[in-house]
Amino acid sequence: MISVGHYLAVSAVLFTLGVLGIFINRKNIIVILMAIELILLAVNINLVAFSAALGDLVGQVFSMFVLTVAAGEAAIGLAILVIYFRGRGTIAVDDANRMKG
Amino acid sequence: MIQLFAFYLFATIVIASAAMVIFARNPVHSVMWLILAFFNAAGLMLLAGAEFIAMLLVIVYVGAVAVLFLFVVMMLDIDFAELRAGFVRYLPLGALVAIILAAELIFAVGAWSAGGVDLAARAAPVVSDKSNIQQIGELLYTRYIFLFEAAGIVLLVAMIGAIVLTHRKRGGVRTQNISKQNQRRPQDATRLVDPGVGQGMEL
Repeated sequence: MISVGHYLAVSAVLFTLGVLGIFINRKNIIVILMAIELILLAVNINLVAFSAALGDLVGQVFSMFVLTVAAGEAAIGLAILVIYFRGRGTIAVDDANRMKG
Repeated sequence: MIQLFAFYLFATIVIASAAMVIFARNPVHSVMWLILAFFNAAGLMLLAGAEFIAMLLVIVYVGAVAVLFLFVVMMLDIDFAELRAGFVRYLPLGALVAIILAAELIFAVGAWSAGGVDLAARAAPVVSDKSNIQQIGELLYTRYIFLFEAAGIVLLVAMIGAIVLTHRKRGGVRTQNISKQNQRRPQDATRLVDPGVGQGMEL
């Protein structure tokens, strides 16, 4: 039978793939944003799995909040990407030093 | 039995498509794989009994976020081959971090299943005779109303932020000045004259 451990394994693999995606696509910020979405998806799967396993609905409510933040983050991130591309003509972010930080 | 089969089907596809998201050469293909991953994650959540979150995942992620990604990827003229230059160079470091992370996660799962940590009492226990969406609605509009409104504020700020960031004034276009138009009065704009015969009129 499916236990919460199965779900945890899936979400652990998803989370690891997301982090790996950030590291190997260091130049391409679009794929970095997609990898962040994968990480948040893994977190959501974890929240829902524990919510189901413990019989507690708060996990699902919190998962909805995570989903909201992920949508907002994607919108803002892509907006920043668009103005970055407008200013520089490329989206290679590994040499982004415009703010001299 | 069919649950187990469905779980392994969804889990396999979600992991495979997540791998394809980060390894695909073309970001458009990455977005397509991301959509597949979201659909299968929604299937996983459906299996766990979280119908509302599953539907929300399809609507919000596939319907909004993935389409937004697709829109941006296709709108910008980007040389993707140049962006993949450091792929092999960063692979060892990325793999190292990923392996460490995976080991930590496995360790955490092992420690959790070994027990010992006593979780607090249920905050909102599941009631069996109500549907999932009804229970979430009752919880969301009463006890977690401030969380719900905070989510609305987050979305509002994200929307205004995205508009402010990407909006730009275009030069060289003739747009209407609405207040100037509204302030125009007939006596300033028109003139009643009575020209004599054969004199014509000046404009």
